[in-house]
Amino acid sequence: MRVKALTLSLVFLALAGCAGPSLRGTGDLGVVVERSAGRLALVETTTGSLLDRIEGLGDLSHASMVFSRDERFAFVFGRDGGLTKVDLLERRIAKRIVQAGNSIGGAIGQDGSWVAVANYEPGGVKIFATATLDLLADIPAIGADGKRSKVVGIAEAGEGRLIYSLYDAGEIWLADLADPRQPKLSKFANAGKLPYDGLVTMDGRSYVAGLFGEDGLALLDLWNVEAGVKKVMPGYGKGAEPLPVFKMPHLRGWAAAGDALYIPAIGRHEVLVIDRRNWTEIGRIPVAGQPVFVMARPDGRQVWVNFALPHNDTVQVIDTPTNRVIRTLKPGKAILHLEFTPKGDRVWLSARDDDRVTIWDTKTLSPIGSLAVEKPSGIFFTVRAHRFGL
Amino acid sequence: MPSSMARALALALLLSASPALAQPSAERQRELIDFVRQDCGACHGLTLKGGLGSPLLPQALAGRDKEGLIELILNGKPGTPMPPWKGLLSRAEIAWIVEYLMSGAADAR
Repeated sequence: MRVKALTLSLVFLALAGCAGPSLRGTGDLGVVVERSAGRLALVETTTGSLLDRIEGLGDLSHASMVFSRDERFAFVFGRDGGLTKVDLLERRIAKRIVQAGNSIGGAIGQDGSWVAVANYEPGGVKIFATATLDLLADIPAIGADGKRSKVVGIAEAGEGRLIYSLYDAGEIWLADLADPRQPKLSKFANAGKLPYDGLVTMDGRSYVAGLFGEDGLALLDLWNVEAGVKKVMPGYGKGAEPLPVFKMPHLRGWAAAGDALYIPAIGRHEVLVIDRRNWTEIGRIPVAGQPVFVMARPDGRQVWVNFALPHNDTVQVIDTPTNRVIRTLKPGKAILHLEFTPKGDRVWLSARDDDRVTIWDTKTLSPIGSLAVEKPSGIFFTVRAHRFGL
Repeated sequence: MPSSMARALALALLLSASPALAQPSAERQRELIDFVRQDCGACHGLTLKGGLGSPLLPQALAGRDKEGLIELILNGKPGTPMPPWKGLLSRAEIAWIVEYLMSGAADAR
């Protein structure tokens, strides 16, 4: 009897030994990009700790990622055209391919079966199976002008669709991927001059592309694409000389509170507030510099903003009921990105030139901890798996 | 590492030979190298092989007029996202960056 029990416990120990790290969920996991080192820092948000590092991801400048719907895998899009599937539980690269010369970002399908990569060089989009990273489709981005265009602002658009913008050609393309091997394209030419990024709103209904080449935004109603692309806030600069933009704003990581949408202006030190029921201007909020990321706390009560050079040491917090800046923070040198915990009790900020990620309490607006991370850029929490537009 | 140091030294000597502009200090040069990688790299790629902006590798810049490049960085390129950097960088610093990029020292990692 005793021998049997001992044997059983030995077997159990042996099995436990094989299983590696103990059982855990992934809902509080996240990834911080260490872009110079080509490495990812695996973090968890429950206690705010760094769990491990995953190496060998190539050129991670401007790297971004999406998560599988089980929140176990990250699909990382690298500048070098690398697409890397990372297993967050086994803490290793599951598969890595180099699919283009130069890429900018990607999206994962609504059903989680495909992942799409937007490429600068050669300009276009490629669709891969999430299970295997096998190529399903290759869609060159050739505009009405017959020229190949860089692709930006890629997002999953609901009902098995994918949407993106052609930077050089000024077009928006909607791809129906009901059969991901046979994409059906709807092209919207003359969407606007030099679209630099795009977003899908949190309800999955609207696609908004920011325009660098003109004052205004391009809007496509994904519930009524037949209506075509409309201009929102045309001429918001009203002829004023634009200020220099030392870093392009990012739209992904949309910010909305109630019916208000918060968008970085281009060439003005303002956050634009738009009523998304009728897409008219509610107002604009003067801020410290050229906004880069304008992100809402998940409940919409606050909007946090970071800035391009020379104001990239500053973060401002907007109170959405009053649309006023309520706090100006100096959280570190070169604040590149911010990410809220799933319910927004904390926000993580990457301070590239301090080699730190700092963690802030969003109620008290005070720092509560930090992690040593080498040249951190993007911070991505797994909760993104279940949100539209991320 | 030693070879990149040697290159940096050679570059420093090369640059100090041009008398027109004051040379950024050694510390400032390190900051500028970081600036090129991280901040120029936001558009031109961390490895400078291009992104939304064009490549800045020596082969891409070969044959370009140095003064023209200095002017372009100082004043930006209208109609494109390339901003004027003159508020953030001095002409001497920009001249140093142009030499740094064209010499290939930026490529020696």
